[in-house]
Amino acid sequence: MQTLDLTGKSCPIPVIETKKALEASAPGTTFEVIVDNPTSVENLAKFASQRGYGFVRGSDAPGEFRVQLTSPDADAAGSAEGAPAASGRKVRVVAVSSRTMGEGDERLGATLLKGFLYALTEADAWPDSVLFYNGGAYLTTEGSESIEDLKRLEDAGVQVLTCGTCLNHYGLGDKLAVGGVSNMYTIVEILSAADLIIKP
Amino acid sequence: MDATIAPLFCSGGGCTAKLGPRALSRVLSQLPAPTDPDLLVGFASSDDAAVLRLTDDLAVVSTLDFFPPVVADPYTFGQIAAANAMSDVWAMGGRVRTALNIVAFGEDGDLNQLGAILAGGAERVAAAGASLAGGHSITGDGVLYGLSVTGTVDPRHLWRNDTPQPGDALVLTKPLGVGIACAAHRLDSAPPGAFEAAVASMTELNLRAAELLQTPHAVTDVTGFGLAGHLLEMLGTDFSATIDTLALPLIPHVRTLAEGFFLTAAAQRNRTHAEANGLVFDRVPFGVQEVLFDAQTSGGLLVAMPRPDADAYVAALADDRAASGTRLAASIIGTVTERAEHTILVR
Repeated sequence: MQTLDLTGKSCPIPVIETKKALEASAPGTTFEVIVDNPTSVENLAKFASQRGYGFVRGSDAPGEFRVQLTSPDADAAGSAEGAPAASGRKVRVVAVSSRTMGEGDERLGATLLKGFLYALTEADAWPDSVLFYNGGAYLTTEGSESIEDLKRLEDAGVQVLTCGTCLNHYGLGDKLAVGGVSNMYTIVEILSAADLIIKP
Repeated sequence: MDATIAPLFCSGGGCTAKLGPRALSRVLSQLPAPTDPDLLVGFASSDDAAVLRLTDDLAVVSTLDFFPPVVADPYTFGQIAAANAMSDVWAMGGRVRTALNIVAFGEDGDLNQLGAILAGGAERVAAAGASLAGGHSITGDGVLYGLSVTGTVDPRHLWRNDTPQPGDALVLTKPLGVGIACAAHRLDSAPPGAFEAAVASMTELNLRAAELLQTPHAVTDVTGFGLAGHLLEMLGTDFSATIDTLALPLIPHVRTLAEGFFLTAAAQRNRTHAEANGLVFDRVPFGVQEVLFDAQTSGGLLVAMPRPDADAYVAALADDRAASGTRLAASIIGTVTERAEHTILVR
């Protein structure tokens, strides 16, 4: 078992260093971490519980708190991530066709759509593709409040596409901030191949 | 406990360096209670500043705040410290009149650095229309800077922090997450834009947010105890609140950074305190949860006011932003309710 002596380091360094060490080592590795204050212990416990890591409290001495963190085994680690698209699974496509969700007050509609895209990143099953067309083009371009969420989806392998005609129509041609540009052929193809189309 | 007092606080400066609410209330409870009937606000209600009535229509508001550097740039640090210190007066409904510097600086330190800190502070005091009137400096191992601020207020129109009414809308005037953004920035892990947005927010004065506010029920400013901690103080033992996380204004990227555990010790203390005092989450993801506990330096005003007034206030601040270029924006983030089983329900 390796030891990380992080005494003298203030938050968030103990957690960040522990995270780096665990992520850089093989699944199932245990580190003993030494910190010098109880708040760092609480932060490490919270980190372990969020990430599904094993957590054992060791001995406490004044100014020296020992804990052990263990990363999950390889098979457990695979299923913990919300990886999309195993074979036989339904193909899900989200189609966003306006700047707002639902009809009524526009500001509310914009807030709802922002919330929808955020909730999508937190959902158990991620879609395979998210398509943006017509007013939806405002969601993937500079000034959109959903860029961070869409980047997360994209980083996780979700295809994020915006209709090129729409970008040009709204003068957003050089403002795309996430994902790729698609034409109507691609959009038709993706929508036709979908088992499930979700329209917020 | 005595042996561990020194290393208890692993802080990164700014309001993350504040003592935890639990520790602080225990120490304060040992002090004698003041008895002057003209002392309208003391520390009993954990309000933002002390208020002493001089005449029927005039009271003096006193507050002070200082902390270690929250950013590396000395001028910006000075600006942030000043904006933060003066905010307490605005949170009481007062007008800032004078400010005195509080400085600790190393004997061997670069005096240019100190000069820049003081210049930054002076710039913000002047921008607030107040006078920088002196100060006190000592030598020390680390840098500390802040201000003692004096303001005036009509004691009949004092804004307290703990007098909301059921049905009130809760309004916040600055985005949350500056502690998270600064922690990530210190470790060179903040995406472009996050730290810059945090600095822009921290240097902004709450002056216009206070000036545009008319007859609110309760006001405080969100600093070291985070949104959850300061809201708990506002609710006291008589009220509860519901927070809509979708409506929370956030510094860009802080949710992702929180999930990456760029979380301060202060935030962990704030979480422990809030969860022990009845804050509950209804299926709120971890990254958003942490934003409620993030210690804010020079955070926004948190206001409880009737819903129609809140709508008008949001619009007024937006107009003011367009006209004068402030970075303040008001968001309605929740509702005050009668006391329920929970103190704060976050969903």
